[in-house]
Amino acid sequence: MAKILGGITTSHIPAVGNAIQNELYDDPYWKPFFDGYPKVHAWIKEKKPDVVINIYNDHGLGFFLDQMPTFAIGAANEYKNEDEGWGLPELDAFPGHSELSWHIIESMVADEFDITSCQELPVDHGFVVPMQLFWPGAPHNADMPRAIPISANTVQHPIPTLKRALDFGKALRKGIESFPEDLTVVVLGTGGLSHQLDGERAGFINREFDEYCLNNIAHNPEELTKIGRMELVEKAGAQGTEFLMWMMMRGALGDNVTEITRNYHIPISNTGAGTLLLECA
Amino acid sequence: MHDSMDHDYHIDIPGTTIFDGKMAMKGYNLNKMCYSFNKADNRDAFKEDPEAYMSEYKLTEAQKEAIRSSNILAMIEEGGNIYYLAKLAGIFKLSVQDVGGLQTGRTTEEFKEYLLSQA
Ligand SMILES: [Fe+2]
Repeated sequence: MAKILGGITTSHIPAVGNAIQNELYDDPYWKPFFDGYPKVHAWIKEKKPDVVINIYNDHGLGFFLDQMPTFAIGAANEYKNEDEGWGLPELDAFPGHSELSWHIIESMVADEFDITSCQELPVDHGFVVPMQLFWPGAPHNADMPRAIPISANTVQHPIPTLKRALDFGKALRKGIESFPEDLTVVVLGTGGLSHQLDGERAGFINREFDEYCLNNIAHNPEELTKIGRMELVEKAGAQGTEFLMWMMMRGALGDNVTEITRNYHIPISNTGAGTLLLECA
Repeated sequence: MHDSMDHDYHIDIPGTTIFDGKMAMKGYNLNKMCYSFNKADNRDAFKEDPEAYMSEYKLTEAQKEAIRSSNILAMIEEGGNIYYLAKLAGIFKLSVQDVGGLQTGRTTEEFKEYLLSQA
């Protein structure tokens, strides 16, 4: 049976993609951010998961407002990024695992999570940047797992509640664990933490709220489901709603997790940048 | 902490526009135009003749004027969503800090200092 080894969260700021391309790892601005990753790299090297489920939010590449799925899952044999309008490089395709995708879809819809399946899904920086952070050189890394993208809507309100996001993860866990092959799986939750790009409040970052989320997500995620969606906008910033991806990931990890590493740094671009690695019991 | 429909639709967060169905309908054509900028050919076509390109996407006069004057707050007011507007900003080679400065009446340097002040 498939087994979930753990979950990793990270911010997925496009500027990180440029910093990686220019190898700014020791640059004074970037170092406090990149210092969050060596322990993640060591864990991945040791565990070598077979599959990565990458939970991110599309920012206007894979989906437009004409048809906006609340939860969408890739069901393809490979995934490619594309030009998003500002010239991030187009990479070779990330190999998928369509069999596991369809198994998860079967399981989740049976579990009354009515998700959208996508046989074509161009993946944006929300998917790609975390892959590059965790598997340097991605998709060309010897340990690169097969990937399954899951995207949740945070472009347009209404967005899912935090409870729904956590429940999504729980249903996802059932889908993964019932897959009959012996696969190991890591689940990513990308985006956040607090940031706001738009309006007179642009530039808003909230360390206190981010730390509250970081302090509760491992052992007390149910507490975070009490946060209302408008409260999330207010406290995390308009785009800090991406924290929903962290909740989706957390739901997939089961009750008992161990925090392996955590990093938090303000600011990277406009964002309170957070990274967290949780290992499943 | 309550998450009722009322709360969701009527909470006032200063300096923040909730991009809901109403705004998504108001800004549909503007956002659709910006979405087209994922493709380099379309970015070139816009640069070649912005007025023709905006008319092709049936932008309202208020939306066109917001773009002509690089008024990002006005673009948002007219239904623009920042994720799509970012692609327009890319055409003008504006960083998110430039965009932040433009919206908050700061220079880019001042905006970066503001970000840093929240560390
Ligand atoms: Fe994002």
